[in-house]
Amino acid sequence: MTALKFDNLKNEGIENLPDRQRRNFLKLGFAITGVFAGGTILAVTSSVRRSFASSGDFLAQYPYKPHYGMLIRQDRCIDCERCKQACAKTNHVPAYGYRTDILERVRPDAEGQQREFIPVLCNHCNLPQCVRVCPTRATYKDRRNGIVMMNPKKCIGCLTCQMACPYNARYFNEEKMAVDKCDFCWEARLDRGGKLTACAAACPAQARIFGDLSRDDDPVHRVVHQIGRTVWVLRPEAGTKPNVFYTRG
Amino acid sequence: MTQRTIVNGMTLNELESLLVDRIKSCSNSYYLALLICALIMLAGSAAGLMATVGGHHIYYNVSRELTWGVLISTYIYFVVTSTGLCLVSSIGHIFGVESFVPLAKRAVFLAIVTLCAGFFVISAEIKVPIRMMLYNIISPNLTSNIWWMGTLYGVALMVMILEFAFLYLRKYRLAVVCGFIAVIGEVAANSNLAGVFGLLNGRDFWHGAYLPIFFIASAVMTGAAVLIFFHVLAYRLRGESMNETMAKAMNACCKVAILGICIVSFFTVWRMVALLAGEPGGAYLGAMALIRGPYAVNFWVFEIGLALVLPLILFICSRGTDLRLMFVGSALMIVGLFFMRYNMVIVGQAVPVYYSLGVNEARGLIEYFPSYLEILVTLGGFGLTGCLFLLGEKIFDGHKVDSHHH
Repeated sequence: MTALKFDNLKNEGIENLPDRQRRNFLKLGFAITGVFAGGTILAVTSSVRRSFASSGDFLAQYPYKPHYGMLIRQDRCIDCERCKQACAKTNHVPAYGYRTDILERVRPDAEGQQREFIPVLCNHCNLPQCVRVCPTRATYKDRRNGIVMMNPKKCIGCLTCQMACPYNARYFNEEKMAVDKCDFCWEARLDRGGKLTACAAACPAQARIFGDLSRDDDPVHRVVHQIGRTVWVLRPEAGTKPNVFYTRG
Repeated sequence: MTQRTIVNGMTLNELESLLVDRIKSCSNSYYLALLICALIMLAGSAAGLMATVGGHHIYYNVSRELTWGVLISTYIYFVVTSTGLCLVSSIGHIFGVESFVPLAKRAVFLAIVTLCAGFFVISAEIKVPIRMMLYNIISPNLTSNIWWMGTLYGVALMVMILEFAFLYLRKYRLAVVCGFIAVIGEVAANSNLAGVFGLLNGRDFWHGAYLPIFFIASAVMTGAAVLIFFHVLAYRLRGESMNETMAKAMNACCKVAILGICIVSFFTVWRMVALLAGEPGGAYLGAMALIRGPYAVNFWVFEIGLALVLPLILFICSRGTDLRLMFVGSALMIVGLFFMRYNMVIVGQAVPVYYSLGVNEARGLIEYFPSYLEILVTLGGFGLTGCLFLLGEKIFDGHKVDSHHH
């Protein structure tokens, strides 16, 4: 069997696998790839564990179906800003605000490439501070899909959510007279049958991969759960358990 | 036609003529002070209205990154003062410590006034206040500190108004019950206000259990200072000298203020040490902004000098009897405390959220200086306080104390 055919095999799942068999398989994998880190053998979900910065219910199962998330392949971003333009056009974002942005980091002492770009957006956190602090529940975690949504009618404009967000993902929209933020294009695309967010669709380098973390065959799920790949989230110390992951390569 | 007596054995007509006489019997300087305060308040109201109608983004200097400006810090300043007044006055008329009893009426009145001033300022900061009135009630979020804070302060205001009314109607038992509820409400609201900042894991400068405890300690200090300031002012206004029981009350206030300053100084020292030790990322940047950055004058001159060190020296030198020194000390403190709140609110946000990422957009502190309209609204809060204080002194005839017992 060639390696290519592996993809076509039916996934039998690992739930029914005896412990010993699974352990032997992992040992074999580690022996081949030589993946050991500081004396700790990486678990299958290691990237997720490290990314979420704590263990918990979010590891074993994703609480939403679908559980939308995004993977940013940081080294692919060239700051062309097509994602920003697509986002603004799709979601009617005014010129004074933005739902997504691209940060620039310069490392003058680095070998070779010294500049990199970091796309940022709402992380649709599993423990969103913005949702906790909103006095009127104008912002909430959608039970259907885990998206952190806004109900503009209820927003009183106290801006506590804006201050509580560790990702600067919110701004006050003067036209809506409410705080506005990324909703993974739920209103503009997903709820109308679309499969991708505008930013992910517009990115010419596929730096942004949008997907459903609850599905094993989803590209975002597969990358995040890949042994050996370094995956991280921004500001894990804020403890919000984000659903936007970053990687290189 | 016989008229019903409506309050303390007086008919409505008698009450009206009494109040008119009291207002008419004032000196020119009183009217001038009232006029100035009223004009400042009106200017503040106009500024707030203009910004709310025209758009905060046009008239205020706050930004997406630095969301809360001087209006929030002024709100905190006023409501923490209210909590302090409520707490210090409760020592006497709720918990029965005799020397604090004469302060009760004016303290409760000032607690109401400062809370109103806080609400006045924040009403110009909330962007859609109409929605707030509806959805705070029909869609409450019980995990939100700001919801608890607003609701509890609202309840405390109502209860304190009742308490004040009962004090004047000489229904002391009811007044004590209301006072007790008000203290609990104010303390809970105050610590929730601190929780708004302290519970944000993403903001190193604020995060932790420190702020709620600090807020209560500094409320006590503020309450004592404000009581000294307004009592001395009130007696000067009326051209009377304090009797022995009031002098004793001032002495007790002075002691509470000294204790409060010591506790807050202790907190401040350890907070700064904690922010500096090990140079913890964004928190360190914030601490350095205070120590030798753009907020150094605010910190050293106003927060440390005017709010803590000078009043401490003056209060100690006054021995609790020299009213002039105590008045100057409390006045300095009232100015200094304004900057203490400002520093806490602004510097905490001035550290960009992506600072630890080392990106170009988040290398240094976010700049902020209040706009003219923000300053006007802030002054409006002080104007309102002054106005209501002056009116209160005349309408309630110097908040004279009845010899009630508990």
